[in-house]
Amino acid sequence: MSTTTDVAADAVSEPPPALAPKAARGGGFGRYVLVRLLLMIPTVLILVTLVFFLIRLTGDPITAALGGRLPADQLAERIHEAGYDRPLIVQYLEYLGQILTLDFGNTITDNQPVTSVLAEYGAATLELVTYSLVVAFLIGIPFGLIAAANRDRWPDAALRVSAIFFYATPVFFAGLVAKLVFSVWLGWFPVSGRAGVRTELALGRDGGTGIYLIDAIRSGNGEYVWDVLSHAVLPAMTLGLLTAGIFLRLVRTNVIGTHNMPYIDAARSRGVSESRLIRTHAYRPALIPIITVIGLQIALMLGGAVLTETTFEWQGLGFQLAKYLQARDFVAVQGIVALIAIIVALANFIVDIIAALIDPRVRY
Amino acid sequence: MTTSRLLGRLPVVHQLRQAVGLQRGMLVAGLVLTGVFLVLAVLAPVLAPYGYSQLSDESGNFGAQQAPSAEHWLGTTVGGYDVLSRVIWGARTALLVIIVAVLLSVFVGILLGLVSGYLGGWVDRVLVVVADAIYAFPTLLLAIVAAIAISGGQSGLWSGVFAAAISITVVFIPQYFRVVRAEVVRVKAEAFIESAKVIGASTPRIMFRHVLRNSTRTLPVIVTLNAAEAVLTLAALGFLGLGIEPTSAAEWGFDLNKSISDVAAGIWWTAVPPGIAIVLAVLGITLIGESLNDLADPRLRARRRGKGTPADAVAQSEPVAREELGEVQ
Repeated sequence: MSTTTDVAADAVSEPPPALAPKAARGGGFGRYVLVRLLLMIPTVLILVTLVFFLIRLTGDPITAALGGRLPADQLAERIHEAGYDRPLIVQYLEYLGQILTLDFGNTITDNQPVTSVLAEYGAATLELVTYSLVVAFLIGIPFGLIAAANRDRWPDAALRVSAIFFYATPVFFAGLVAKLVFSVWLGWFPVSGRAGVRTELALGRDGGTGIYLIDAIRSGNGEYVWDVLSHAVLPAMTLGLLTAGIFLRLVRTNVIGTHNMPYIDAARSRGVSESRLIRTHAYRPALIPIITVIGLQIALMLGGAVLTETTFEWQGLGFQLAKYLQARDFVAVQGIVALIAIIVALANFIVDIIAALIDPRVRY
Repeated sequence: MTTSRLLGRLPVVHQLRQAVGLQRGMLVAGLVLTGVFLVLAVLAPVLAPYGYSQLSDESGNFGAQQAPSAEHWLGTTVGGYDVLSRVIWGARTALLVIIVAVLLSVFVGILLGLVSGYLGGWVDRVLVVVADAIYAFPTLLLAIVAAIAISGGQSGLWSGVFAAAISITVVFIPQYFRVVRAEVVRVKAEAFIESAKVIGASTPRIMFRHVLRNSTRTLPVIVTLNAAEAVLTLAALGFLGLGIEPTSAAEWGFDLNKSISDVAAGIWWTAVPPGIAIVLAVLGITLIGESLNDLADPRLRARRRGKGTPADAVAQSEPVAREELGEVQ
């Protein structure tokens, strides 16, 4: 149920932590943070290694990107220059060293440092994912509570069926339909992009944060803020609804689960109203698994962001990834994927820490 | 009596009898949708008016982006293919990918989970860490990397189907691994395993005969949910341009990718039909999986009002695959 996956896996083979004597439980919160931090290293290492070797299975990146477009001798020369003719293990070790210094090499097709691509477009993806999380929370949690409170009656049925429906709808198809209806037919929102040309120029000039909403607010120009927000509505709703369905189901299942607890019966017998039971008594404990699952959802959202960005031509990491995929620029692909691996590991780490802060039982 | 008993033992029939109200409706709807999907996939050559890569018939070329008409019920694509035919043929591609992906991942996942859980030791430790790392990673990105590795990006029908299926398999294996391993670790401690050891049964015999058979109860739910996810992943790969060439097979995601620019021009018929096909296929399979999962969990199973005792319900229950998986996305 949680992203603290090794906790779940270990719990089977080892005695439950609660039964262990206090001394054996380790040194509390500080130690827990340290262990979690150290556990990030193998995770990132495994993913980066996997990505490196999988991509190298197809041969060297230069032939993949430029093969057939350059004469053989020039191709060989560029391969030699980039060091792709050395043994794979040497290249691998060098790659690991580069990652340690946060250097992901240069893209092949447009010869840019991958790090600058990441910095330039990462902000856009961050912005999109943040909006979507907000949408998912605002829709998923209240409706999950409604579904739980009306268990097995029509609101529950309607909400659950629509949650499954949203799950079944690929995010890019939802995006295309939203675009068709709200942008092309109704003309309510712009068709694609993060902002209008004028806004984009104005915001780019000040050398802002790259997060357009913040930049627009800082510029103090209401027109820019409006422009940025109207561009964000459809992508954020598309990606947010996908996640909202998952939150809804999660809240429903957990609230129903806690609803059977003895302390709920106790509260009910004291005369606490049913709606208050749901809102405070059953809801709070149900929040913990939700927070832990958000870690997994961030990973899912980054995948969804790739598709959403491609659908709406939102110039973020995912859009770039799709572009580089089509150009077969695997150095760039490898860099973007490695960065996402690091972000995912970090997100899981932070979520684990938050979960431990909320619920002391998680630390062991 | 005997026949109905036997029928009741069949996986889906048993659940159909157990379900009430909404859950029954969901299960039936899922079965119907999945049935239609299977029929389309199997009978594609009979049902589709044209071939998936057919550009012309006796009356000449189809023409690109033609609006729906009597000859082309759903119009033609930007590449000049008949949309309806490609939607129907697309079911066949999706089914092939589901079959290959699920078979491969079940086989590899179970084997790894069994070995890892039963033998333990450092192999187990390493496999658990690797599976967890992969499990935490965005599935689509992993599938992209795997697709690059397998096919270098583009491919024909069988190489494309296998590339997509293997990419999906890479993502699924950790799920089966985790579930089977957890069950194996639990079953391993049971008394009957110990007695098998005392009798002198060999390790492989214990593993495959005693442990494995008792460790696969939760798999049907995961298989169903994964089948749905396989359709989505295949479409996503196609949408990103890593799919199957239009001349080798029809693939819904690829067609959607080609329709992005159509949508901006207000052309709906190239985008909507393949999209709806994906939604309905995934919906059908998911509804079955969801119902099986809810029926297996006494906490989630809708209560039959006034009929049967709670004890009956608990007796029929099975543990929740979903929880061990950490809430499948």
